[in-house]
Amino acid sequence: MDAQEYLTKIKAKFPDVTDVPVEKLKDGIPALSCPAASLFEVVKYLKEEGLNFLLNLCGTDYKEYFEVIYHFTSLENKVKLALKVKLPREKPAVASITPLHAGADWQEREAFDLLGIDFPGHPNLKRILLPEDWEGHPLRKDYERKPDQYD
Amino acid sequence: MTDLCKENIKDKDGFETMYLNMGPQHPSTHGVLRLGLVLDGEMIVKAEADLGYLHRGMEKLAEKRTYQANIALSDRYDYVCSMNNNFAVALAIEKLMGVEAPKRAQYIRIIMAELNRVVNHMLFFGFFAMDIGATTALMFGFREREQVIELFESVSGARLTYNYFRVGGVARDLPSDFVQKTKAFIKLMRERLKDYDILVTDNVIFRDRTEGVGVFTKEDCLNYSMTGPMIRACGIKYDIRKDDTYSLYNEFDFEVPVLKNGDCFDRYQQRMLELRESLKIVEQALEKLEPGDIQAKVPKVIKPPAGEAYVRTESPKGELSVYLVSDGSANPYRFHLRAPSFINLQILQKALVGFKVADVIAILGSIDIVLGEVDR
Amino acid sequence: MGILLDEAPYILEKFPGGGYVITSADWFINWSRANSLWPLTFGLACCAFEMISSNMSKYDLDRFGVFPRPTPRQADLIFVAGTLSKKMAPRLKKLYDQMGEPKYVISMGSCSNTGGPFYDSYSVVKGVDKVIPVDVYVTGCPPRPENLIQGIIKLQEKIKKDTIKNNGRARIFNKNKS
Repeated sequence: MDAQEYLTKIKAKFPDVTDVPVEKLKDGIPALSCPAASLFEVVKYLKEEGLNFLLNLCGTDYKEYFEVIYHFTSLENKVKLALKVKLPREKPAVASITPLHAGADWQEREAFDLLGIDFPGHPNLKRILLPEDWEGHPLRKDYERKPDQYD
Repeated sequence: MTDLCKENIKDKDGFETMYLNMGPQHPSTHGVLRLGLVLDGEMIVKAEADLGYLHRGMEKLAEKRTYQANIALSDRYDYVCSMNNNFAVALAIEKLMGVEAPKRAQYIRIIMAELNRVVNHMLFFGFFAMDIGATTALMFGFREREQVIELFESVSGARLTYNYFRVGGVARDLPSDFVQKTKAFIKLMRERLKDYDILVTDNVIFRDRTEGVGVFTKEDCLNYSMTGPMIRACGIKYDIRKDDTYSLYNEFDFEVPVLKNGDCFDRYQQRMLELRESLKIVEQALEKLEPGDIQAKVPKVIKPPAGEAYVRTESPKGELSVYLVSDGSANPYRFHLRAPSFINLQILQKALVGFKVADVIAILGSIDIVLGEVDR
Repeated sequence: MGILLDEAPYILEKFPGGGYVITSADWFINWSRANSLWPLTFGLACCAFEMISSNMSKYDLDRFGVFPRPTPRQADLIFVAGTLSKKMAPRLKKLYDQMGEPKYVISMGSCSNTGGPFYDSYSVVKGVDKVIPVDVYVTGCPPRPENLIQGIIKLQEKIKKDTIKNNGRARIFNKNKS
């Protein structure tokens, strides 16, 4: 199956998944925009259909909203696909895909640590890169650094 | 981490488990990694890794620097293979802008990236064997590294953080004696590899400590998103240079070795075989070099049009990919590095259970991590 | 050496020829300390590789008496090589406190001198001297091994100028007898 067939099958099964405009994607990887509520089901369907390798999980702060992007591939038929999820600015939360892909564990913890995105269903959502008592989420665009004993 | 301390399991004779802290300063953890281990005698019952002791906030810093300065900053992610980091970032910026480097620059980039792969696998050999106990191997690894560092120094001026790549090509052309010195190095390296086989690979103690230790299955590899020599030693044949090719790698004739056991010895052997393939690629690239431009025409201030790109490359440790979002200004909007060491390290929490404390060092050494990448 | 070094110089000073004894003792003790500096291996980031390279066969540090030790109890020098992050800083202070007197610190590389290329980051300490006192600063990013060797020689010169009336330490602490 190639990328276009995957796209048509997913859009047929999940009607609320839409295309992302192609002009912004300069790397040739097709992308779909998925609402937060149905992400877990879409990822489960992709895993059954053969796109069972999670490449990358990354959060971005666009000033009105957050966005989490997932890249999937299949090691046999070499197809790549990206999923984008838009989250609201206050209380961003999307279901954790750690039960399906254990490799998402630390990447979700990093998104929580640096951006403040919540992943309900994650077995161990704690800060991973910053000290446990750090306040704030540094990668947000409105983060203000508080002076401390080392400044 | 403190939750692990409270878990002590008592058995019927009244013996309790013990919490051992392999703290951030440790000669064998390849940097500042902290491992908390719950031990039952000598066997490990639970393991947890604590990261962040080298967190420098590089993804936030990347948003304040210009695109060219980002290539210089990217040297410090995986400081053992700086050329591969530069390669990934330069490719991502070029994809956003829609430029392609000229042919001579692409061949020079491939030579530098493969020579850095040789350096990385030499250092892996030295540190892995030293962790197992063979300290002479470290001296050998660094001796060969010095030869390659002299080549890199003649090209870029630095010994560790080269900053040699530019958007659209490379910074300087090769000096006149580079080709001849590199050919001499390849010949020397092939002879020295026989020494390493005699010293380490056929050594009874090394084999006993690494064969059968830390076996990963194919399902583990897929589930934990591992890439690079880790999955090729488990039987999965996947190499981004062949399967999702970038730059001019499709013009070269090299093999992708695959082994089947998935233990520490196979991961060591995999890297030694890949080293030999890299030497073949460098030889072929040296033959294909022709005079030409070394940098494409790009504007002085680099402002790619708004968009995003995800570019994958094969670094010596796994898949090193860059996710770059641009909003049309001179600084990136979002820069994310998918670091192979960070993602490969997740399996440690599952892989250490049931082994002894001495095996922790062998398994951790065979994953081949660099803390600059793990913590960014 | 405790009572001998703490009390003896002040008693000997008063006797004729006492100064000559102190100077000879100074020379002997400083010579032995300077030529057998055993560092604690504290490589944090990229500079650690140049530090390890300096210990290897091309730029051999063993000829200066430098022999790396993994535990702070057996070391009297610490090379802080690499970026110090805010999470790591309390651990560095703890290790420094666990080393025995006299102890010296060499700050290697721009990151530990002043914060380096990451000076404007939210989680980097701008220089190791905000946490522990430093004797010699070695510049570079990363410093070449020759640079590091020059730093060690400068530290040896600094040690050789010391006197046992300072309780034998290379820096003057706020003790009552200085």
